[in-house]
Amino acid sequence: MREALTLEGNRAVLARANPLAKFSGVVLVTVALALSIDWVSASVALVFEVLLFPLAGLTPALLWRRGWPLILAAALGGWSTAILAPDRGRILLDVGIWSISEGSLQLGLGFLLRGLAIALPAVLLMSCTDPTDLADALAQQAKLPHRFVLGTLAAMRLVGLMAEEWQTIGMARRARGVGSHGSPAQRARAMLGQSFGLLVQAVRRASRLAVTMEARGFGGARRTWARQARFTGLDVWVVLGGVVIAASAVAAAVAAGTWNMVFLGQQ
Amino acid sequence: MNADDVRPAAVTARGWGWRHAGRSRPAISGLDLDISPGERVLLLGPSGAGKSTLLHALAGVLGEGGGADADADDADETGSLLIDGAPPRDRRGRAGLVQQDPETQVVLSRVGDDVAFGAENLAVPPAEIWARVGEALDDVGLGSLPLGHPTSALSGGQKQRLALAGILAMRPGLLLLDEPTANLDPAGVLEVRDAVGRCLDRTGATLVVVEHRVSVWKDLVDRIVVLQPGSAGESAVLLDGPPDRVLAEAREMLIAAGVWVPGHVPATRARSAGDTGQGPEPGFEAGRLLLAAESLAVSRDRPRRGGLRTRLRAVPPVPVQEGIAAQVRAGRALTITGPNGAGKSTFALTLAGLLAPVAGTVSATTDLSAGAGIDPYAWKAQQLIPRIGTVFQEPEHQFVTGRVLDELTFGPRQLGRGADRVDELLERLRLRDLVDANPYTLSGGEKRRLSVATVLAAHPQVLVLDEPTFGQDANTWAELASFLSELLDAGTAVVSVTHDAEFSDVLGGDELKLQGAAA
Repeated sequence: MREALTLEGNRAVLARANPLAKFSGVVLVTVALALSIDWVSASVALVFEVLLFPLAGLTPALLWRRGWPLILAAALGGWSTAILAPDRGRILLDVGIWSISEGSLQLGLGFLLRGLAIALPAVLLMSCTDPTDLADALAQQAKLPHRFVLGTLAAMRLVGLMAEEWQTIGMARRARGVGSHGSPAQRARAMLGQSFGLLVQAVRRASRLAVTMEARGFGGARRTWARQARFTGLDVWVVLGGVVIAASAVAAAVAAGTWNMVFLGQQ
Repeated sequence: MNADDVRPAAVTARGWGWRHAGRSRPAISGLDLDISPGERVLLLGPSGAGKSTLLHALAGVLGEGGGADADADDADETGSLLIDGAPPRDRRGRAGLVQQDPETQVVLSRVGDDVAFGAENLAVPPAEIWARVGEALDDVGLGSLPLGHPTSALSGGQKQRLALAGILAMRPGLLLLDEPTANLDPAGVLEVRDAVGRCLDRTGATLVVVEHRVSVWKDLVDRIVVLQPGSAGESAVLLDGPPDRVLAEAREMLIAAGVWVPGHVPATRARSAGDTGQGPEPGFEAGRLLLAAESLAVSRDRPRRGGLRTRLRAVPPVPVQEGIAAQVRAGRALTITGPNGAGKSTFALTLAGLLAPVAGTVSATTDLSAGAGIDPYAWKAQQLIPRIGTVFQEPEHQFVTGRVLDELTFGPRQLGRGADRVDELLERLRLRDLVDANPYTLSGGEKRRLSVATVLAAHPQVLVLDEPTFGQDANTWAELASFLSELLDAGTAVVSVTHDAEFSDVLGGDELKLQGAAA
């Protein structure tokens, strides 16, 4: 929990790109993939994404550590589609009410690949984007209200502290004789008490932090930015990359004849 | 920092008072005070005299954002309090405040950004901000850190100096310090004090500092103002003058109010059984081994889930300290000392059965375990508390009810025992008048006394305390030290993590010095 979503000291190329540019690239790919359920467009996008990992400072092991819930969810989605989709073509497996046919397997595979191809850019984006840079871009370039953006940024720093605090309160309560043993009901009660303790501490910390920020002049109408968020040549490439991935995925699927618009219904 | 950039601020208070929202009595009232530009003032007084309220008001943060004061309509201000002739709220950036808790003095996650934050809010041009950031970091002695250094990696003293740098970058004419060193070890205290001194010498800014420990600030200030708890018609200022004169005139009164007056160690009860624990009183066998640690390695982190490379076996965390050996004996004190980050608290918590050892063992002798098994970490909570009691550094972490009396009877009830000891503890730790109060509303000293009492209500044979004297006034300090010396004489083993040499002198016994963590 101590390690934030962003990789500390990530020096990869994409870590230097503007967060908004990266976000636009991710949106382009996601929208293109959301349009069709087919395995060709998803595989093409996925291949591109895997090639991009080194640029974001990610290795397969790191990717798994950060993205395993999403990867598992995609796998589960693919598996259940394969089982539950209406059978078409040859039946490959038939166990009671579950059956997998060539058609449903293809659909399931498409679902799995598409899930991965949509989820991975998000993991990629998070791991090479510093929250401070994101806040700068959101407030200065996307013109979101700076009070809101900076308040959220400062609060996020406290989240890491809260994880430590949770552990400390757990120990402190054990030292008072509140066990985490016993029946599920007792355990739930102990958990509730610990959560309440954490809540109290969170509110105290937050109000002290608010005083600190206010005492440093936070909340005025006008402020300057020591870090100027700006777009560079790199960001052109990032957005262009998004366009290329999205276009290649769609083009490949159309060429292969597997393009299958979700909104137009099953063909 | 250029001296001509900073115009020292003047403070004027005329019949000023403030009542917090939802309180019936004012926190401070009838304050008449003039502080001329460039003066350095130490603010003293018993808790409840309104020192922090005054600082918050000068910082312009009273009545807003401050949690309890969020409902500012209900708060009440009387008289006038002015900085350079205007209310502090209209003088944004003229005063800078550093508070007690280092964790909440940091706003952003990179050193440079955090220092720049205040200057940005004052709409200073970006190019000038970075020049100010560099100067401010140099001034507080953090100039060697890269601007991208993570603030989470700083020690408490460094965080307080960073906060000071953030204030300096705003070029305020008035520095307000609210017990900035109360949570720091002795080295951290000096770091911060010296940084403040350097900055004042360069900028000539006005200083108002609140602090219990007079000796730390005495040579840096040129005036001491003693406040007294407000009552209608009486002046809030009890004494006002040069440090030496005030300390001479008000010595007895300050000592009685729990202020740490230089050259005065509060009187404490002497250990009657001798500080070695070798003069056994009848009724217990002193020096009996209760708990032992052997080649112990400690960490707060839990083992990480292993990957394929480790064949799915859990990976143990990197210990913060290893190879620790220690013995805890009945009626004998053990003091754990060492620099910040040496793993003192982590070791104490592991010894107390609250953290699992990374390597090595903590084992209870049969005298202590009495059938509960050898490993304290494996004990159930109900088995733990009558054997080993732990008092945490932050008392609030241990509060589990909403009423002082319930807090005290909680332990005995968990054990299915009567609350026979509660009465004695109420009396002994002066909590009798507070039985119906909410623990969270108590003063710092009261919270500390309560947290010790709640743990002792379960009658543990071993008492573990983590920095019990941090931020305490001299009265609470003396009470605590005397009470623990009594417990020791009665056969309880007392393990304390502390930087406080005078405190460990009172308790006597052994010292375990942990070395700085190997980087």
